[in-house]
Amino acid sequence: MSTTLAGVAVDAEGFLLHPEDWTEALAAEIARGAGIDELTPRHWLVVRFMRHRYLATGTAPTIRTLGKASGVEMKELYQLFPKGPAKIAAKIGGIPKPRGCI
Amino acid sequence: MKHIVILGAGTAGTIMANRLTRLLTREVRSGALDITIVDRDDQHLYQPGLLFIPFGIYERRDIVRSRHATLPHHVRLLYGEIDRVDTQGSAVVLTDGRALGYDVLIVATGARTLPGETAGLTGHGWYENAFDFFSLEGAEALRTRLDAFPGGRLVVNVMDMPIKCPVAPLEFAFLADWFFTKKGMRDKVQLTYATPLDAAFTRPVAAARLAHLLAEKDIELVTEFNVGSVDGTAQRMRGWDDRELAYDLLVTVPLHGGASFVGRSQAMGDDFDFVRTHKYTLQALAAENIFAIGDATDLPTSKAGSVAHFESEVLAPNIARFLHGVPLAHDFDGHANCFVETGHDKALLIDFNYDTEPLPGDFPFAGSPLPLLEESRLAHQAKRALRWVYWNLLLPGHAVPGLSPQLSMAGKHAAPVETHTFPDPRAPQTKRGGAVK
Ligand SMILES: Cc1cc2nc3c(=O)[nH]c(=O)nc-3n(C[C@H](O)[C@H](O)[C@H](O)COP(=O)(O)OP(=O)(O)OC[C@H]3O[C@@H](n4cnc5c(N)ncnc54)[C@H](O)[C@@H]3O)c2cc1C
Repeated sequence: MSTTLAGVAVDAEGFLLHPEDWTEALAAEIARGAGIDELTPRHWLVVRFMRHRYLATGTAPTIRTLGKASGVEMKELYQLFPKGPAKIAAKIGGIPKPRGCI
Repeated sequence: MKHIVILGAGTAGTIMANRLTRLLTREVRSGALDITIVDRDDQHLYQPGLLFIPFGIYERRDIVRSRHATLPHHVRLLYGEIDRVDTQGSAVVLTDGRALGYDVLIVATGARTLPGETAGLTGHGWYENAFDFFSLEGAEALRTRLDAFPGGRLVVNVMDMPIKCPVAPLEFAFLADWFFTKKGMRDKVQLTYATPLDAAFTRPVAAARLAHLLAEKDIELVTEFNVGSVDGTAQRMRGWDDRELAYDLLVTVPLHGGASFVGRSQAMGDDFDFVRTHKYTLQALAAENIFAIGDATDLPTSKAGSVAHFESEVLAPNIARFLHGVPLAHDFDGHANCFVETGHDKALLIDFNYDTEPLPGDFPFAGSPLPLLEESRLAHQAKRALRWVYWNLLLPGHAVPGLSPQLSMAGKHAAPVETHTFPDPRAPQTKRGGAVK
């Protein structure tokens, strides 16, 4: 099941199917769809961390990795992304949904 | 003389010691190769048995054996606490100062629980109204508490992934339903399953099936619950999103991490001390002569004994290839195979790998009596037989009839698979390794 967002293929939950389709403008649009009107530098720190990690390791980081290694504390992560930091930051960063592994 | 050192004499380390001794018999017998395995104690714990301790089905003596009894004569078993690995100098350092040089190192030190990393969890109420069952002490303490439980809200919870055997907490919830029904007090117990995932399980088809089973058994499902802190006095968990969950009895699966020495060894571990490992060859990313297997790795598959078994079928020949200077095979596919105990003498089987999620069908091929993702009595009997299979087939490193190391699609009903085309940076360059002599 897939649809498109601004001409780019996404899965049923709105995660990009092809991370290489990602642009900063697209990120802002996905963020608005997730109820985040403006991406602040703190948001960007988290989104870029997610994306870099995924590109380097092939796995999307979980919330625990974010809390430990992104440089943003857990409390603030939830203030920035109230609907779930790892999931929403992955969506905005154009990478697959973190599955927390099996 | 070449030295193989295996760290950890649990499931994976023991299987490797047995397989390598057989595969490299000539070298081992002639003294050209020696194998040393290190562990901190002589108690090999059959961990899948921990699930049954709280319900009085197994006792300590049913699930603990001496490590000596599980290892071949030619392998030297050394007791000690591993302090770190000098990955560049190819030496293991123990906390008492002893050093062990190696030509090949196999890291099989598993995963450990970290209850202290959740604020408040091990404070007031720990082992009184809040327990884990992933340790022998926790499982035994919980047994006493379950026996005396007068009723109320029992919350089964997973702190975060990854955990060993991700189906174990679901199995606990199913068995609790059966346990209290059998005692004639199910109506006095409210069962809740709280998970950080957005569904009952990590992959969609199995998640839907398991959510249905939870509903059938009247077990409430709370999703995306990420615990920030536990208040053992008020008997409440608080999520990072400020949701609260009250309990009379909490059965939790604490956060997991790898062995701490991994974090002290240069370039070896990830943020949680799991060994960064090549997905298909099982070579550690830290150095060419280091390999990892079992729960100790950072691989995106289950932390399960079945996985360690499948990995060993790839890793043993790869170690032989490495010693003989032949290219490694990229043969591991993430294969996992788990029986999920669902209570009332039934269980269901799931079979999956890196790319294929658990699917319905028959196992191991169409028309076989063992259904996939469906409850059956046969699966329950197989799960109970697992203890015998573990000591007598798995640990000695024998092939298990009907189980191949790679996942087979025979008998599976394929669902539409969502794929993405972005290249995996760790994808195999070549598919086949060199022949093993
Ligand atoms: C409740 C429960 C139920 C389970 N059910 C199933 C199931 O049904 N099916 C299934 O396939 N799997 C199941 N598992 C998972 C399975 O038990 C593990 O995946 C398996 O045991 C992993 O093997 P391992 O060798 O990687 O780690 P382990 O068997 O844990 O071995 C690691 C060893 O390393 C040693 N060690 C660690 N650090 C050090 C150090 N610093 N110094 C010295 N020694 C050290 C430890 O003492 C230990 O002996 C279950 C697990 C649990 C907890």
